[in-house]
Amino acid sequence: MSTPVIQVAHAAVGYDGRPVLRDVSLTVTAGEVVAVLGANGSGKSTLIRAVLGLVPLAAGTVTLFGAPQRRFRQWHRIGYVPQRLGAGSGVPATVGEVVASGRLARRGVLRPSGRADRAAVTAALHAVGLADRAGDPVATLSGGQQQRTLIARALAGEPELLVLDEPTAGVDAASQEAFAGALRGFVGGGGTVLLVAHELGPLRPLISRAVVVHQGGIAHDGAVPEPAGHHAEPDHDHVHPHCAEEPAGLWSM
Amino acid sequence: MDLFQYDFMLRALVGALIIGLAAPALGIYLVQRRLALIGDGIGHVALTGVGAGLLLNRSPVLVAVLAATLGAVTIELVRSRGRTSGDLALALLFYGGIAGGVMLVGLSDASNASLNAYLFGSLTTTSPADLVTIGVLGVAILVLMLVLRPALFAVCHDEEYARVSGLPVRALNMLLAVTTAVTVTIAMRAVGVLLISALMVVPVATAQQVTRGFRSTMAAAMTLGLFAAGGGVVVAANANTAPGASVVLLAIASFLVVALAAAGWRALRRRLAPHPAVPVTEPHEHEVVLR
Repeated sequence: MSTPVIQVAHAAVGYDGRPVLRDVSLTVTAGEVVAVLGANGSGKSTLIRAVLGLVPLAAGTVTLFGAPQRRFRQWHRIGYVPQRLGAGSGVPATVGEVVASGRLARRGVLRPSGRADRAAVTAALHAVGLADRAGDPVATLSGGQQQRTLIARALAGEPELLVLDEPTAGVDAASQEAFAGALRGFVGGGGTVLLVAHELGPLRPLISRAVVVHQGGIAHDGAVPEPAGHHAEPDHDHVHPHCAEEPAGLWSM
Repeated sequence: MDLFQYDFMLRALVGALIIGLAAPALGIYLVQRRLALIGDGIGHVALTGVGAGLLLNRSPVLVAVLAATLGAVTIELVRSRGRTSGDLALALLFYGGIAGGVMLVGLSDASNASLNAYLFGSLTTTSPADLVTIGVLGVAILVLMLVLRPALFAVCHDEEYARVSGLPVRALNMLLAVTTAVTVTIAMRAVGVLLISALMVVPVATAQQVTRGFRSTMAAAMTLGLFAAGGGVVVAANANTAPGASVVLLAIASFLVVALAAAGWRALRRRLAPHPAVPVTEPHEHEVVLR
């Protein structure tokens, strides 16, 4: 068997002394499409942020492509799609410019953009259906189109693993479909996916395995659970009563 | 009329042009990161360095570079730790810097006129050695800002994504902090510590009234900076006004003209095309058309 793409062993994460994840273990192998599901504040976003090294581990280990995360340097093998575009910058930037920054992991800081870079940016824009918007300022796009821009940025780096944080949250139906199509293409090309989601929507048929995070631990790891009752409604907001008193905003960042 | 036959005016002009080109090239990253006023804070800290230099009989500019770099690195450390007291720390640095500078200059033998020169600039006293310093450092800043544009853009645009891309985020942030300090110190000669931020920020603000992308904003801001610096020195020479203030006022005047023109152009376009043949790719235009 080949080396796992992601291996999390007994990981624990805490913010300001409050435990968010406790003793979490998770393995993702090449070609899998793993959805991390869970309520607000369950720690699911924290899990993937810990995988990427964006939040420090209090205990346990994360291994990426066989290398301990602290010594992992082949970042071009990973494409990261954050929940939304950062706080927004003060200077306008075009869709093409944002997507082009996805090539930096591959070409490094000093090498100027070459023909292969431009081709990859164009291909990524095509994959998410934004080829005609390359010259437009990102700020003029709808929320769903901005989200697609971020996915194109990750795809432009031609990664082997895509890590997505709630890619479809608050995204219009057209963008969800475009997004599912882009992901289908990526998976069809042999890519591995780890994504956090509230509801799977049009992504459901793509998911090969689901991991449910509940109160900082893994409650389920296996087949995608069938939605039942009001959970089945497409716009169901996955908030559970036992989480109501938790400060969700603090935990789910 | 032809004041530029004098060497000191020529030096003033060349110095101003280099700074006019370099300051917005760096300033665009500060604006993008919403740290537009950081240059101001670092300028205040640089003043303490000037005071220390005058008191210790060392080159004020050199000590100012050291003080400003130290201040910039401190601010960057506070920022990257993400402490909410960041703006309070900035305030302490601002006022501590300027108070320290005024106090130290007062303790030294230097006159109030030399304090003024650093506060508001003194382009016409640029010596050949000063010009070499401005030239070397200015070109170095320009080259760094242009060559590292994609990486600096990525870091300022989305720092977490830059980290996951494996970019040396900490090093790039430190580079920005140090180059800000150096820019502030060389621009101190031209416009003075109190007006430095204007040259870094105002051309960028003007440019983004009409640009759509980062690259075009950078090019336009550098052109505007060059124009304001050159024009300001010419105005100062002919009208016998303070060069630093002339440069900054010209930059602000350009901002007003461009902002008004852009607003007027948008209004005109709306009026000329009440039912625009909007391509399907721009659905949000319909919101205006309805009714």
